[in-house]
Amino acid sequence: MVSSTGLTLKNIKKSYGKTDVLHGIDLEIALGEFIVFVGPSGCGKSTLLRMIAGLEEITSGDLFIEGAHVNDLPAAMRGIAMVFQSYALYPHMTVYDNMAFAMRIAKEDKATIDQRVNSAAEMLQLTDYLYRLPKALSGGQRQRVAIGRAIVRNPKVFLFDEPLSNLDASLRVQTRIEIANLKETMKQTTMIYVTHDQVEAMTLADRIVVLSAGNIEQVGTPLELYSKPANLFVAQFIGSPAMNIFTVKVLQTGKVTRIKTQNKNVFDIPISSAAQIKEQTITIGVRPEDFCLADKESCMLSGEIVFIESLGEVTLLHLNSSESTDPLVVKLPGIINKQKGEMICLKTELDKTHLFDEQGISLLYQV
Amino acid sequence: MEQLFYSLLVMLLGVLSCVFYFVGSNWLLLLIYPVKHVSNVKMAQNIRRAAAIRPWLFLGPALFFLILYLVYPVFDSVYLSLHGRNGEEFVGLANYEWLFQDNEFLESLTNNILWLLIVPALSTFFGLIIAALTDRIRWGDFAKSLIFMPMAISFIGASIIWKFVYDYRAEGSDQIGLLNALVEYFGGTPQAWITLPFWNDIFLMVILIWIQTGFAMVILSAALRGIPEETVEAAVLDGANGFQIFFKILIPQIWTSIAVVWTTITILVLKVFDIVLAMTNGQWDTQVLANMMFDWMFRGGGDFGRGAAIAVIIMIAVIPVMIWNVRQANAQMEGR
Amino acid sequence: MANNKFSSGLMLSLRQLRRSPLMIVVHLSVLFLVILWTFPTAGLLISSFRDKDQLAVSGWWQSLSSSEQNIIGRTSAPDQQVLLDGKYVLSGTIEGFALQDTILRFGWTSKQPEAYQVNTIASMKNAGTLTVSSDGQYTMTSLVPFTGSRGKRVFYTQLTSPKFTLDNYVEVLNSEGIGQSFINSLTVTIPATIIPILIAAFAAYALSWMRLPGRGLLIALVVGLLVVPLQMSLIPLLQLYNTIGSYFGVSAKTYFGIWLAHTGFGLPLAIYLLRNYIAGLPKEIIESARVDGANDFEIFVKIILPLSFPALASFAIFQFLWVWNDLLVATVFLGNGEHELVLTGRLRELLGSRGGNWEILTASAFVSIAVPLTVFFTLQRYLVRGLLSGSVK
Ligand SMILES: Nc1ncnc2c1ncn2[C@@H]1O[C@H](COP(=O)(O)OP(=O)(O)O)[C@@H](O)[C@H]1O
Ligand SMILES: [Mg+2]
Repeated sequence: MVSSTGLTLKNIKKSYGKTDVLHGIDLEIALGEFIVFVGPSGCGKSTLLRMIAGLEEITSGDLFIEGAHVNDLPAAMRGIAMVFQSYALYPHMTVYDNMAFAMRIAKEDKATIDQRVNSAAEMLQLTDYLYRLPKALSGGQRQRVAIGRAIVRNPKVFLFDEPLSNLDASLRVQTRIEIANLKETMKQTTMIYVTHDQVEAMTLADRIVVLSAGNIEQVGTPLELYSKPANLFVAQFIGSPAMNIFTVKVLQTGKVTRIKTQNKNVFDIPISSAAQIKEQTITIGVRPEDFCLADKESCMLSGEIVFIESLGEVTLLHLNSSESTDPLVVKLPGIINKQKGEMICLKTELDKTHLFDEQGISLLYQV
Repeated sequence: MEQLFYSLLVMLLGVLSCVFYFVGSNWLLLLIYPVKHVSNVKMAQNIRRAAAIRPWLFLGPALFFLILYLVYPVFDSVYLSLHGRNGEEFVGLANYEWLFQDNEFLESLTNNILWLLIVPALSTFFGLIIAALTDRIRWGDFAKSLIFMPMAISFIGASIIWKFVYDYRAEGSDQIGLLNALVEYFGGTPQAWITLPFWNDIFLMVILIWIQTGFAMVILSAALRGIPEETVEAAVLDGANGFQIFFKILIPQIWTSIAVVWTTITILVLKVFDIVLAMTNGQWDTQVLANMMFDWMFRGGGDFGRGAAIAVIIMIAVIPVMIWNVRQANAQMEGR
Repeated sequence: MANNKFSSGLMLSLRQLRRSPLMIVVHLSVLFLVILWTFPTAGLLISSFRDKDQLAVSGWWQSLSSSEQNIIGRTSAPDQQVLLDGKYVLSGTIEGFALQDTILRFGWTSKQPEAYQVNTIASMKNAGTLTVSSDGQYTMTSLVPFTGSRGKRVFYTQLTSPKFTLDNYVEVLNSEGIGQSFINSLTVTIPATIIPILIAAFAAYALSWMRLPGRGLLIALVVGLLVVPLQMSLIPLLQLYNTIGSYFGVSAKTYFGIWLAHTGFGLPLAIYLLRNYIAGLPKEIIESARVDGANDFEIFVKIILPLSFPALASFAIFQFLWVWNDLLVATVFLGNGEHELVLTGRLRELLGSRGGNWEILTASAFVSIAVPLTVFFTLQRYLVRGLLSGSVK
């Protein structure tokens, strides 16, 4: 049967001895989809990717690639290709030999090897460097060779483990665009991309999988994650600077939730809520970019500026406010003429706020 | 020449048979557990089995040699030391009893202890001094290379070199040995140095110190270079002088390397026999355990029991270092 | 700012340190130590090229300066005499005199062998005279004819100029068997260096990157065996070799046997050294090869071996030096025959039989250390690297 699923992960767990690293991952990935695993360092992204690759044994659960159960299949036979963070080029082989290595192991004939290496080299603009050793290449070129080495194998699944983190900032942007182009040219190839950088995640992904401490926090398109984070963790992980949070009291539930802030200001938030959270202390989140300056009358929140970061196209203001114990951050467009120590007034559109219950789960996702 | 050709041929054969073993065993493994043209389940199973067996194929020859040439002999030596001269009749601890009332053995034991006290200490000391001094000067690498050179010379070659230095001519004729010439130049009386009890021990030790200082220097020089520059700079800012920096900042940071050098040379000292054999063959109170053991292997047709007993004594002396090494290596691997 | 001041102050004090008179002391002490360490070898090398008569009477440090020597020469035979102005005259160059030397004084009796300066006239009995010039020319006159069949004795003191020669080398290479031993040493060393490398490399790979139970234990075993004294192995192996030899009716002492012995004894260091290196190779490269479909054997041959060249070279140098310089194993496991005695063994024999002949000993010793010294100076880099990773830390 021709399956339209690229990958299926069913309750996949991993433990090293007694320490559990992944606690049961369930995930469906469509054929040709570009999936990004994102999460803080140490949360198990690489481990999950390496289990898909066959480099790490799957402790329990089932892994299917295009419908076939592959738990016990060795890496080489899963039809995957992988690009490593450190490029992992074979230092003693030329670019050509690096790319041809897998095909030579598989005993492909010379003509096929030559043709595939050359077309990959052309695609990645490596033709002039084919007979150089990796040490004679720049970081970006090396990363392209690593990608080329994966392309020539014509994989069903293309895996990337933080491929850009060894590059400097400008190259990173450029290579990111190349990877985005790659996604366009290899439409039938499922791609899984691991990063801890949310910008990469947001720009590349069809869907993002947010991981934390061995669990999936949320799966969704970049915009879903941004506008409807499922929980506090995702809300604070996606978006930069992170979402500001305040603890508030629920006064009234229903179609609209009425809350009271620490300064006893009362707001009606257009998010529906269940009756049982009435009187509970919950969290409201506002993204820094969702605030704007207000005059005295429309003031929802006031605070004292403690620090100003002028970035040119935006200005970040760090405020101390009596509404929250942590300093809050406001992102305003353009250059703002304010001084440290000044008190300012802010407002936000209430439908852009987010509510999270005591467990940190977004009220949007509650039944 | 013909012989050399023959040895090259054998070498080629040896290498080829090694290659043949590894390639052949791998081929055989794939024949027994094929991975192509079988079902997925079968293939996964076969790959797993082959992967479980392959390490042992890789390790096989090495394990064979290690066990036959080193592990088994340790046990066999202990066994032999409890038996008579041909290793046939059981004599219990008689060989050891004999050892501990044998004057030559007691002399060897004292000498070995002297060697153990002096050689590692002085080699490490000189190595450290030279490493510290040469790090500061431009021609330091060249100087190090020259001081390191004796490492390449055989103990027997070194013995000849030093026997020449210690050479003695009867008073009145010109001394051709450097040492006696110097002694004479400064107004002393030339001596036949290697026949002077006690002092001759020292003169033999000088040879080993001469050889081993280079080793100590290389290790300690690398250790000194590995010390973060900042710690020295901070000490300079704190007003420490050269000696204080050396003893209070540098030395404490390279303790492990010093220990490594010390133990390595200690082991070597226990095994050294060529120097004594070549210089005095144990005469004039210079006997050491390793040479005595060698002696007993062949003396009067060879007494394997007594020889093995001496070997066991050497082994016992090595055991603490062995344990320390294994501990260090384990700790290091866990740190990875 | 503060930081800047800080570091410039620091630079100043470091620079001062560098310029201080202490540096001269450092230079001098290093120079002294270098001299201390190289002079013994230099003495051997220089002596090996000296004329054997000079070597026996003066120190090698005097080899460049001329030395005074008392010699007894002879005039030409009496049948060469001519009658000139009523005197019988013998003249010519003193027999046995080498032209590059210079005569300082001479005499005609053994009681006063240097009574006269050159070019002065010595009066002998019977109104005879003798004069000798510094270039060895003499004139001896007498009123009565010279008799006898041999020339008359002339005593002289000459300034011998330094003589360097390859004779010592020619002699040891040909007649003292050093040449043959050199070949024997090579015969032992080359296979004994190559064979353990391959075996150890495979084992090191297995101990670094393959999944196997008891890996830690095996590594501990290797580390432990690093220090097992050779002495433990000698007797058991000698017995084993004898048993096997008599079982097959061959000699127990063969090249084959010593190759295997050196392989066994060299393996712990080889495995330890190579494992340290191979385990330090980047994991991702090996995983990448695995994803590319290579099995362990292919990974080893195509990735690990080429990448491990520095470590392989380090070990090869170690093993080469150790085997070449070994005396113990060769004495126990190889015979004493002309075609078996290695250089170190031959040196030991010479020390016994030619103990006083320094021209033989120095030249032989130098032949034996020439190869390791060459290896040492050309490949020192790898040796240092090996030492650094090979000592248990
Ligand atoms: N071989 C291992 N043995 C034990 N723990 C491991 C091993 N590899 C990874 N871990 C642990 O698993 C967790 C997840 O690691 P990883 O997947 O590399 O995180 P990341 O998300 O940064 O890629 C980490 O806490 C790490 O310490
Ligand atoms: Mg990672």
